[in-house]
Amino acid sequence: MTGAQIIVRLLEKKGIKTVAGIPGAANLHLYNALKSSKIRHILARHEQGAGFMAQGMARTTGKAGVCFTTSGPGATNLLTALADAKLDSIPIVAITGQVASAAIGTDAFQEIDTYGLTIPITKHNFLVRTVEELLTIIPEAFHIAESGRPGPVVIDIPKDIQQQSCTFEKWPEFKEISTESAVSENQAAEIAAMINSAQQPVILAGGGVNNEESAELLLQLAECNNIPVTFTMRALGAFPPDHRLSLGMIGMHGTRYANALIEEADLVIALGARFDDRATGISKNFCTKSKIIHIDIDASEINKIKKATYSLTARAEEVLRKILPLIVSDGREQWLKEIDRVKTSMPYVSAPEDSDLFHPFNIISEVVHNVPDDAIISTDVGQHQMWVAQAWPFRKPRTFISSSGLGTMGFGVPAAIGAALANPDRKVVCFSGDGSILMNIQELVTMAENNLNITVLVFNNQSLGLVKQHQELFFKKNFMATQFEAKPDFCALAKAFGIGGVDLTEAPEPARTLIEALAVKGPVLVNIPIDSSEIVLPMVKPGAPNKDMIF
Amino acid sequence: MNPKKLLIIELHVNNHPGVMSHITGLFSRRGYNMEGILCGAIGEGETSLIYLLIAEDEKLEQIILQLSKLYDVLNVKLRRDYDHKVFFDIDKLLTQQPG
Repeated sequence: MTGAQIIVRLLEKKGIKTVAGIPGAANLHLYNALKSSKIRHILARHEQGAGFMAQGMARTTGKAGVCFTTSGPGATNLLTALADAKLDSIPIVAITGQVASAAIGTDAFQEIDTYGLTIPITKHNFLVRTVEELLTIIPEAFHIAESGRPGPVVIDIPKDIQQQSCTFEKWPEFKEISTESAVSENQAAEIAAMINSAQQPVILAGGGVNNEESAELLLQLAECNNIPVTFTMRALGAFPPDHRLSLGMIGMHGTRYANALIEEADLVIALGARFDDRATGISKNFCTKSKIIHIDIDASEINKIKKATYSLTARAEEVLRKILPLIVSDGREQWLKEIDRVKTSMPYVSAPEDSDLFHPFNIISEVVHNVPDDAIISTDVGQHQMWVAQAWPFRKPRTFISSSGLGTMGFGVPAAIGAALANPDRKVVCFSGDGSILMNIQELVTMAENNLNITVLVFNNQSLGLVKQHQELFFKKNFMATQFEAKPDFCALAKAFGIGGVDLTEAPEPARTLIEALAVKGPVLVNIPIDSSEIVLPMVKPGAPNKDMIF
Repeated sequence: MNPKKLLIIELHVNNHPGVMSHITGLFSRRGYNMEGILCGAIGEGETSLIYLLIAEDEKLEQIILQLSKLYDVLNVKLRRDYDHKVFFDIDKLLTQQPG
């Protein structure tokens, strides 16, 4: 059996149904073997797109997504998607072709040091040196990607290794992810005691609780002890935002009351969160008066940014399960009264009353009411992303997929494709902007080719809105390179790529046109004009403490 | 060079060509300082020992935790019992024993 056949068989054994990628000189043997497999191959049109498709599959299922690229430019094009997966802890396995072993180091055609380039942006990476190694490395790569704190893994495989044959006695096993508890009874009792005795506790939920099991337990904990919950952008969907205990999103574009109330807390319970600067502002000014319980699966996150009073390296789900029976029910009337007072005094974002459909919040609300509850929402990066994060009522885990840590423009379209591939029965909506969409617009072809049920909504304010907003607020309106002069016809582009294109600008009944576009069972792009003076508020000035929000 | 309080981090690692990049890359990208490095294969050559000379500062806890996360790092130990001569007389390595 050849190396290429071994790779494909192992992917089948792992249960991989779909792989996104692009063939090239250094992975032709792999593609040759893939031809006779049941694995569905999705031909991306740029390797970054393939990487984000793998992410879209992973973010919506929790299982590692897989992508293939060739060596050299194939691998360098993939880097952004890997770095993005690293910062958001997304499990993907990228299999990159490499020039033949004997040519490594000779500056061969399409040779690049993929191993060296991907060290800082992967959880781990492998350069395969013998065909036999594939039998251990491939199962190991999936285990690394999916276990502990998930992350991207690269397997760089020289051409000759794909071609060579080897014999072996039996197929390797894919290790199960250990669910063994790392939480002792004592630790659970200590955490529960701190929570039970706190006067004004707040839960800070991070990406580590954004899965069905944890979200259910989080709700139980919050309700049993009446603990208000705020969440980072990575945790949107982990706690219902319209729940009476919800404080909404924390951080730079979070709610004013979340940022204010967490400073009043005497105990912050950080679950699967890492105190990122977009969530905490200036970390030394964050929660100065409160005790902090920090629970994270990654030991190196503990005390990295915020010193914890009590810390535990464990999965949030496991800790929640262990402490729940020890949590006493508590009304916390006084604390909840204070919460209500602050919430009322600091109203969050809302649409203007004149019901202008083209206000971003009204568009979002129109979409909310016209897609099923289990729809998956992807975003690109910029103002539209923040508006969606603020206004969409995400009630289910893994329904919001967005580039949070790296903030990669160009994420939205290919990630939506990955989400649609992994969830063929669900509606996918991609919110994008006229800046972001051009960064991976070629993947509209992939959308067309696979006739995916995706509606792409382009918030078109003819500018790089979020950057322009920074120039407006912090650079004395000295606008530089943020207003587009040429204005592409996005509907014509969509049609040219083979998907539907609708423009709300001239539509006589824009709301109806939008609803009709959302009802189409296939790929459609909708261009939506947005007033370029709209900015995302409230906002924490970069480098300022969270409590000083501009609103 | 000596006013800083120095100590040794002993790493037991897999022995293959990429391991050193993983370790030195971690130091450069996270802004940690390293004062010296020594490395050699042990046993049958499957694994190596790496000694890193590190200044004791507030980043030490993070350095240890980040190193422990590396897949090819099998074990991390802090050592204060070492003879620093090898690091501080490194220029003598090639200049000894004339004739």
